Amino acid sequence: MYLFLEDSLLGEGILKGMAETARNFAGSFVSAERLTTVQYPEEREAPAENARVFPFLVFDTADAEAGLRCVACQICEKECPPKCIYIEKSKDKKPDYVGKQQFYPTRFDIDISVCMSCQICVEVCPFEAIKMDTQFELATTDRFGGLLLDRKELSRSNEYYHQIHPTEAAEVDARLAEEKAKADAKAKATADAAAAKAAMPPPAAKAAATEEGAGD
Amino acid sequence: MNPSAINQEKLEGWNRPPIVEPDGEAELLEVAMGPHHPSTHGVFRMDLALDGERVVRLKPVFGYLHRNHEKIAEGVSYLASMPYTDRLDYICSLTNNWAYALAVEKLVGQEVPERAEYIRVILAELTRIQNHASAIGFLIQEMGASGTPLMYAFKEREKILDLFEELTGSRMMCNYMRFGGCRVDVSAAWLDAARKVVLGLPAFIDEFENLLSSNEILMARCQGVGILRPDLAINAGVTGPMLRGSGVNYDIRKVDHYGIYDRFKFRVPLGDHGDIYDRYMVRILEMRESVTILDQALKEIPGGPIMDPKAKIRGFRPKPGEAYGRIEAPKGELGFYLISDGSPNPYRYRVRPPSLINLTVLEDMCLGSNVADVVLIFGSVDIVLGEVDR
Repeated sequence: MYLFLEDSLLGEGILKGMAETARNFAGSFVSAERLTTVQYPEEREAPAENARVFPFLVFDTADAEAGLRCVACQICEKECPPKCIYIEKSKDKKPDYVGKQQFYPTRFDIDISVCMSCQICVEVCPFEAIKMDTQFELATTDRFGGLLLDRKELSRSNEYYHQIHPTEAAEVDARLAEEKAKADAKAKATADAAAAKAAMPPPAAKAAATEEGAGD
Repeated sequence: MNPSAINQEKLEGWNRPPIVEPDGEAELLEVAMGPHHPSTHGVFRMDLALDGERVVRLKPVFGYLHRNHEKIAEGVSYLASMPYTDRLDYICSLTNNWAYALAVEKLVGQEVPERAEYIRVILAELTRIQNHASAIGFLIQEMGASGTPLMYAFKEREKILDLFEELTGSRMMCNYMRFGGCRVDVSAAWLDAARKVVLGLPAFIDEFENLLSSNEILMARCQGVGILRPDLAINAGVTGPMLRGSGVNYDIRKVDHYGIYDRFKFRVPLGDHGDIYDRYMVRILEMRESVTILDQALKEIPGGPIMDPKAKIRGFRPKPGEAYGRIEAPKGELGFYLISDGSPNPYRYRVRPPSLINLTVLEDMCLGSNVADVVLIFGSVDIVLGEVDR
């Protein structure tokens, strides 16, 4: 495929190339496909459904404080490659979405000037508590405090999650509902068993009760 | 590969322009080219010694973009290095992911499901096409055609990056492959979109070739310039389109058959002059071969899982040992060498970057050329400084 300069008719290649650009130039007036850019920020393209920018924390109920799914297990903090997550675990516990008593983060900071949007925190989270946002216009005049997001700034409702990643959020909800149903059934079974065993010698019943906590 | 196996008669006329030794009294002009964008590849400096317009010495200086990738990787878990590999050669993150995943899979003896192998091939070939398209675009940009061919390349690249974004969530920092498979499954809609893009690729390559291949300016600037002799290329460890442009038939997809490359029919384009034009042409032809691989892979892709159910992505401790995983990345042989001492972190983590090793022959290609050609020769190596400096 080596074309030799000596063999070519001088000027032919240049004219051929120019014909190509001319066709594209003229074509851009008639076919919208040839226009490949949009005039940002007046025009915007919708982000891809899987698009990811920075993480946020999901909460379920109306109250962002109480409904936070995060249980401060600190797996994301440990696995985060650039170590941009900082978590402080609570001393007390509160019930999570299945009703189990869990710790919660008293402090959850993400330094988004360090975060590299790799999504590993989302992957390793066993509680579906941290997800990726699609919001990318995050410029701020304060490059230290303004880019260190705390728990309040990171919290987003589950509805918001449904809005930005509909398919993924539906899958997550189905999985959580299944888990909750399983946990409910198990709690009910243990409660029944505990009730049945109430008449029996106390150590066994006590063990069963401590194992499941206040699962009811 | 043995350099003596090369037919020496074939190499008649392969020599670079004669280096005229400057007279003792003539003063050499020393020029520091860079470190701020000698071209569009990143932060790199060339210390040139010039005798008039001719290059007498060239010293590449790099390290401006060094960010301690290998040492960081030794301190974090195997999974946490995966997003860092995206940042090596940031134009083709998916092939970097694959090379690293391959090395870890070798280390822990992990199998990959068939569907995941097909997905990997599809993504790697799409990456190769967009890399070669932009590499040629940058090369022409360095020739002085500021914009037009690069925009043609980027127009097509954008379609491929849109596919990546839809699948992995990010255009360039994909972080997609995992040890034992891939992160998310491709949907039927994504495969249809990919087929549509692949269907349009031959037309794009034709258009690109119409625009460039027979252009007299390109031929005059590229032919017979920056000649790399195959024996030198082999001795220097050059790989990828650079090596094949010099006529050495060495493609790791054919040599190693890593993944499932033994199932696809494709040819390895070779140059026969070793100049810039040959490297350009090898890249164009490789894009065409990638399209045929994509056609086959998109037709044959089977159903099934994308992740080995037994595979662990985090919290595993490989047995003490070592592994070297290498693939034919768009720029050449990309290898990851890992040593495990049984802890959750690698004991040693080493990248064999094609860009750095291809860059070692830069001086030899440039000596005796004009200063204007140095930029062009540098562009034809197709490097990314993120990978050179790591």
